[in-house]
Amino acid sequence: MEPAQLSASELSNLLKNKEISATDILDSVYKKIESSENKINAYISLTKEQAYVQAKSVDKKIALGEKLNPLEGIPVAIKDNLCIKGVRTTCASKILKNFIAPYNATVIDKLHAEGCIPIGKTNLDEFAMGSSTENSAFGPSRNPWDYACVPGGSSGGSAACIAADEAIIALGSDTGGSIRQPAAFCGVVGLKPTYGRVSRYGLVAFASSLDQIGPITKNVTDSAFLMNVISGYDSYDSTSNTVPVPDYTKSLIPDIKGLKIGVIKELMGSGTSKGVRDAIQKSINTLTSLGASCEEVSLPSFEYAVATYYIIAPAEASANLARFDGVRYGYRSKENETLVEMYEKTRSEGFGPEVKRRIMIGTYALSSGYYDAYYLKAQKVRTIIRDDFNKQFEKYDVIISPTAPTVAFKFGEKTKDPLSMYLSDIATISINLAGIPAISIPCGFSEGLPVGLQIIGKHFAEETILRCAYAFEQNTDYHKQRPALT
Amino acid sequence: MGYEAVIGLEIHCQLNTKTKIFCGCSTKFGEATNKNICPICTGMPGALPVLNKKAVEYGMRAALALHCQIQAQNVFARKNYFYPDLPKGYQISQFDRPLALNGWLDIESQQGNLRVGITRIHLEEDAGKLIHQGADRIQGSDYSLVNLNRACTPLIEIVSEPDMRTPEQARLYVESIRSIVRYLGICDGNMEEGSLRCDANISIRPEGSQKLGTKVEVKNMNSFRSIERAIAIEIQRQIAAVDNGEVILQETRHFDEATGKTSSMRSKEESHDYRYFPEPDLLPVLISEEWIHEVEKDMPMLPADRKKKYVGEWGLSDYDAEVLLQDKETSEFFEKTVVLGADPKLVCNWLMGDIAAYLKNNNLALSSAKLTPESLKQLLELIGSGKISGKIGKSILDKMMDTGDAPTKIMELEGLTQIENIDEVKTIVQRIIEANPGPREQYRNGKTATIGFFVGQIMKETKGRAKPELVNKLLQEML
Repeated sequence: MEPAQLSASELSNLLKNKEISATDILDSVYKKIESSENKINAYISLTKEQAYVQAKSVDKKIALGEKLNPLEGIPVAIKDNLCIKGVRTTCASKILKNFIAPYNATVIDKLHAEGCIPIGKTNLDEFAMGSSTENSAFGPSRNPWDYACVPGGSSGGSAACIAADEAIIALGSDTGGSIRQPAAFCGVVGLKPTYGRVSRYGLVAFASSLDQIGPITKNVTDSAFLMNVISGYDSYDSTSNTVPVPDYTKSLIPDIKGLKIGVIKELMGSGTSKGVRDAIQKSINTLTSLGASCEEVSLPSFEYAVATYYIIAPAEASANLARFDGVRYGYRSKENETLVEMYEKTRSEGFGPEVKRRIMIGTYALSSGYYDAYYLKAQKVRTIIRDDFNKQFEKYDVIISPTAPTVAFKFGEKTKDPLSMYLSDIATISINLAGIPAISIPCGFSEGLPVGLQIIGKHFAEETILRCAYAFEQNTDYHKQRPALT
Repeated sequence: MGYEAVIGLEIHCQLNTKTKIFCGCSTKFGEATNKNICPICTGMPGALPVLNKKAVEYGMRAALALHCQIQAQNVFARKNYFYPDLPKGYQISQFDRPLALNGWLDIESQQGNLRVGITRIHLEEDAGKLIHQGADRIQGSDYSLVNLNRACTPLIEIVSEPDMRTPEQARLYVESIRSIVRYLGICDGNMEEGSLRCDANISIRPEGSQKLGTKVEVKNMNSFRSIERAIAIEIQRQIAAVDNGEVILQETRHFDEATGKTSSMRSKEESHDYRYFPEPDLLPVLISEEWIHEVEKDMPMLPADRKKKYVGEWGLSDYDAEVLLQDKETSEFFEKTVVLGADPKLVCNWLMGDIAAYLKNNNLALSSAKLTPESLKQLLELIGSGKISGKIGKSILDKMMDTGDAPTKIMELEGLTQIENIDEVKTIVQRIIEANPGPREQYRNGKTATIGFFVGQIMKETKGRAKPELVNKLLQEML
């Protein structure tokens, strides 16, 4: 096997034993990128030069016999809505096409401190708004399992590059499913941490009260390692939490005897494709055979999640995206007579249709006279959704569901109908509204495409969902299956 | 028919915290353009605000001084509008959950005492500053530049009830707020530099009516004088309009200092829908009773309390106390000197007289002059004990303020100590009498007022070092 095909934990051992160098790993990954990118289009920019400088310094450390951090020398792909100082940060938008970030996101500083090597910036739906990466100003990414299918979104580039061995580990961001849904579509592992677990400083905001950065990896173990690096309180993010960060790798125990699991009833009905339901049912059997108990649970507020989300997220986005006005940085429309004309043309030309749609929805929802009926009401429903989950967690250790109601869909299938696109996030959205953690892991195939199993935990129970995911993974081999990439 | 004006004021005070309200940049005024900036205050993608606790405490001081109820939980909100000096496209402010509510401030106007209600005090960030080329507004200018040094500087907005009825009351209210925030040490109150800014809401109604008229907001009043003037002019405009049968429109008007007129900036229809919503990047601010007590403990004494002390304990007149209290530095200097043991009335006279004159002539502030409370106290002691005359004292004072030296040192250097030896004075008196036979004869012929001439000559001769009483006594004997 080539180094690019291995997991971070495997490569880490090889580095420690001096069986491979960090430069070798980089060579292998960049070779993969070179051979696959014309098909996948996972990356918007590569950071080769800085990556090799970093790899050489890791190799020097190895030569000197110094101890390495667990992810030291491991190539990591970064979603292009995370700021790296001196590197282009586009958010897959024309409005930031040539924007060079003047500072590092906190997670980037943490990766650097670990010795992890950022190798490039991955594709996404513009400003993370979408479920397919079709909304990228840099063209869509393709699903490595079937190039005619979307990789999911918005972190489609990060998920696709992991599935295609174009990176060892990756960072994504998840506002309504943007880590988990592409992970499911691409047959890899994606974890959305508890809101406040990972600092958002330097993550270009979509919906501030929902956004969370998390790992996309080839297996559960690598997610645990990456969580160890990126988690923790940050004085630069007031919403980050001071709850102590455990060693997540200690949760990697293949034992779930007695674990009480609830299965979301609302996601096992006709709204979910039969192939996906079958895979989930099989997973339930696997979990039961491992000693867990599974029973159906009903979340009465579930059906309101998508509507609630599409008030709150656009409302916050409408303000978050106001800073892209052509005044200080980014794209500015030329030859304008007045200030208002400059604003209007800059934003009309700079933003894509989905971003504009959400800015308009959000602006409307916050308008005087509508605020109470929309935004305030949505906030109340959000509280109910959170309470519903909390109530269930009094009875269950984890709650599971399909990550998405279908497997990866075809390009163009949903672009004409935004509502059907929004509904593809039906299984993931309520988790962001509740602020709780969830992981998506490969759990089978339908129509030759991967199916994802979503495991949801209560606030700051990442350890529990990692343990459940790990036990499942150790007893199945879906995660080992790789696309043919022909 | 007579009209009554109804006036409410909104005052913005820039808080003089060391750093900005949501980032660590310095708030220093007058720095090089775009020097005090960072990813946060320039609204870079992905940057997040973090609240400066000191700004909250400064706001709490104002709230306590204005008898407001500090809210146990207050919430920041985004106020959305586009303008090139506003980096994020929204201002982080407070909306339905402000820092403090329901206070009051007493002012003394010609119409007697007036208690002005304070509706609310809230915290917010300031915007940057635009510099236009080719015109004085963005409209019509060739281009405009933005300086973001001021962006994200902490502000409090103090909103009054519409309790004022005359332009004078409005001015007195602003003067009083300015004095309070300066004594609290939270704002330098400099209207010219814009660290204290004021907007007025003005309406008129027939005398005796309880119904409020349509209010007009007047902006751009940059001094106390212009507040009083702009409000008076706007009241006159509204009265003239109503007498003319016109309807007052709800609008925002701009006061032009040069023309002395207000002109319409935007109508109610054109006003922004700010689409306020809670700022998701900041947690609600929780203020405990303990925190309030801590802030209360460190509160400086306010002008009204100081006045009570000056008049009640130290025997100053109301007038003197008020003059001293007009300036925080002067009153603090006064207090320090008195605490060192100097006589309050004397200190007050010197501060309001010769010291003020010196500062005015040299265009100095008391803080930049070299006089200290210690040296002033010494000077007053030297005069009090008769070691120097008041007149010499004055000349020593000027030198003290020039050099910062102690009065005794200046006396030595200048040879200004009083001539203690009676014989020495006698010799001089003798000499002067002999040198002026004409006046001597006049005196002896009964024109005793001539003695003043001799005193003057002797003082000139001795550079004022002879004791006046002694000279007088000797002259009477020897003439």
